[in-house]
Amino acid sequence: MPAEAANPRTLVVWCPDWPVTAAGIVDGVPTFAPVAVFAANRVVAASTAARAEGVRRGLRKREAQSRCPQLVAVAYDPARDVRAFEPVVAAVEALAPGVEVLRAGVCALGARGPSAYFGGEARAAERIVEHVAVACGVESQVGAADGVFAAVLAARAGQLVPVGGSARFLADLDISTLDRPQLTGLLRRLGIRSLGGFAALPAADVLARFGFDAAYAHRLAAGRDTRPLAVRRPPPDLDVAETFDEPLERVDVAAFASRALARRLHERLAGHGLACTRLGIEAVTAHGEELHRTWRHDGLLTEAAIADRVRWQLDGWLTRAARTGQGAPTAGILRLRLVPDGMLTHVGLQPGLWGEAGRQRDRAGRAIARVQGILGPEAVVTAVLTGGRSPGDQVRLVRWGDDRGAGQSDRGDGRSDRGDGQGGDRGHGARTRAGRSAPWPGRLPGPAPAVVLPEPLPAVVGDEAGGVVGVNGRLAVSAPPAWVSVDRAAPVEVVAWAGPWPVDERWWAAAQARRGARFQLCLADGRALLMLLSAGHWVVEAIYD
Amino acid sequence: MGPVRAVSGRTLELIRSAGLTGLVRQASDYAVRAPGGDNHAGAAGGDDRTGAVGATDRVLPVVPELRPLLPAGGLRRGTTVAVATGVGEPSDEPPGPAGAGLGGTGATSVLLTLLAAASRSGSWCAVVGIPALGAVAAAEAGIELSRLALVPSPGPDWSRVVAALLDGVDIVVAAPPGPVAAVVASRLAARARQRGAVLVLYGWWDSAHVVLRASGGRWEGLGPGRGRLRCRQLTVVAVGRGAAARRREAHLWLPAGQGGAAPAGSPPGRLRAPVRHGS
Repeated sequence: MPAEAANPRTLVVWCPDWPVTAAGIVDGVPTFAPVAVFAANRVVAASTAARAEGVRRGLRKREAQSRCPQLVAVAYDPARDVRAFEPVVAAVEALAPGVEVLRAGVCALGARGPSAYFGGEARAAERIVEHVAVACGVESQVGAADGVFAAVLAARAGQLVPVGGSARFLADLDISTLDRPQLTGLLRRLGIRSLGGFAALPAADVLARFGFDAAYAHRLAAGRDTRPLAVRRPPPDLDVAETFDEPLERVDVAAFASRALARRLHERLAGHGLACTRLGIEAVTAHGEELHRTWRHDGLLTEAAIADRVRWQLDGWLTRAARTGQGAPTAGILRLRLVPDGMLTHVGLQPGLWGEAGRQRDRAGRAIARVQGILGPEAVVTAVLTGGRSPGDQVRLVRWGDDRGAGQSDRGDGRSDRGDGQGGDRGHGARTRAGRSAPWPGRLPGPAPAVVLPEPLPAVVGDEAGGVVGVNGRLAVSAPPAWVSVDRAAPVEVVAWAGPWPVDERWWAAAQARRGARFQLCLADGRALLMLLSAGHWVVEAIYD
Repeated sequence: MGPVRAVSGRTLELIRSAGLTGLVRQASDYAVRAPGGDNHAGAAGGDDRTGAVGATDRVLPVVPELRPLLPAGGLRRGTTVAVATGVGEPSDEPPGPAGAGLGGTGATSVLLTLLAAASRSGSWCAVVGIPALGAVAAAEAGIELSRLALVPSPGPDWSRVVAALLDGVDIVVAAPPGPVAAVVASRLAARARQRGAVLVLYGWWDSAHVVLRASGGRWEGLGPGRGRLRCRQLTVVAVGRGAAARRREAHLWLPAGQGGAAPAGSPPGRLRAPVRHGS
């Protein structure tokens, strides 16, 4: 039969309730308890315990919680699902090559090879389920059929459909398994409830009446799924490692070793036509300590750049050891491994037309990377302006070498945020570059203060009578400020002042809520201060230096 | 020794008397002119004199308002400039009133203005050890933030970090964490000279070529309970060694209106106009 010849025999590995399992793996959510994953307030997936309580896909959050009050709600995160699925794919790949990931939680592979090798599809399926369970601790089901579509449904049913039996297997299944809500709703109203019923319609009429997508669905329903697997190619093994007979303890020896290693890495990358934008350096000391650091580079890492970074990193580790600082390795380096990351196809670098700008930039980049080697990559930062009210809020410090626009699209590592309690909040999503030009009511007018204190200084602002100046709920100042004492110093006369500029930020989140009033004070000695009165306490936020 | 022989004995004497010992290669016609003009160039820059075309290359631009304060009309590569903050220096003047350690004299604004023109024209800058630097003010002054690296807390490795940055960054601003040993100071100055970088010290520094000191700041725009800080009148005094030994003084608006600087004589109408918005 021609249809059978065209339909590739396929094995599908299906992990039930993958979003829930992924949340358990990545975030440590207890998956045996009732857990549901929500996207846009609707249940996407639920754990077995939650399903037993009546939580179904598509329920609203409130309804799901009313059915099962102890339900743990987890936000849907496609990236988390894919990330957690990677080890499962690797485990399947260990047994049989040529795996295609259909979506997070489901992967397909050609059945011919494994079934011939393990002696039958049933044996192969058993081995795969067992290996996935042992390697990743994940429950899975395997199904086999002709064609991917039928095999996915077979996997959900946990069946091995006999060769040529796909059409019969599909005929009894509900029409909703096509996963095309609009089409199936229409078909249901036309009285077609099973795939068999849909498949019985003449193909030409389906195409004419419902369009191309429906015609494709019609082929699937009839068990004529001829799409070959788009096999995932395992990433080439690119990292290079070197084990030294004698532990490296001196920087010059380490530098020599790093140069050779860098050349090997660069040659290997060049052989694949790749270049890397991130470089992981791993070292194991003679005492078994493992050190790891990732270097980023906004250009592409060349051979010299790789060698420099490895040398600087080793220098940092070894000299820190010599100074017996904290976190220092206690012995020389025995094993060194370079892991390239952030691969790009290398198309050659185009220097600037006049060369100058690029060269200066390279020089500066190298000097700064050297400092990052001495102090650690997060010690060198660059400022990016964002929206905000206070001078401190309007600046986001980004690690040098990271994307200056990062933190809007991909948060990356939240370390780039200013560590003043503002970092990692939800408000940052809104503070895009557009947020800079957006109106921020209550924002202080320019010029901005030149000194923004990382830690505000406590102060006291008093009036003529010697009492402390306050602001009431209607923003009326109790008395004009007459003197200020910063950090318990002798009081200084206030010659001019303005304010209050009220601040009432993040009242919707109790932990980050901030309420206060800002003042500008001009002192008799010529200084100008930006003060914040919050909960009855005055602080100096910034100095107009 | 070939070129030396070619120069006459009298010329050599002139070169030596001018302290231009390392310059034999271009001495022949140049050395005759040297004593007549500014013969302290060698002492001031510590680097070789070059022709007019090279001189512009070796001097990083500064905004016009600060130009009269610097002997070369800009930041000469290889030199050390200090911006006095009034902290840690041997006080020959009575110390300011309480809280002088807090700053407020205008030193930070002078520092930012000093970097602005060079940064805008493509130079790279790094600031070491000033965690309180206001980046918004820096942008308003005209500094290109994407070419400004900040090392807020260099820790005990301060001098090593500064030395490493001098290798590749055009202007390195460093705030010494405390008194700096003379050996370290001269080593950093030598590094800057060798690499053609400008070392700007934020704080006291004995051996700087030029020391800028801001004083007499008077803010405008703020009244009793109304208005806002708009601009400040400031006097900046430059003293130094060599070519900068003559005391120079400039009165300017800093910041003027929306950041940046303006000469003191400018009409007040200009202050209202939005000079430039920080971006």
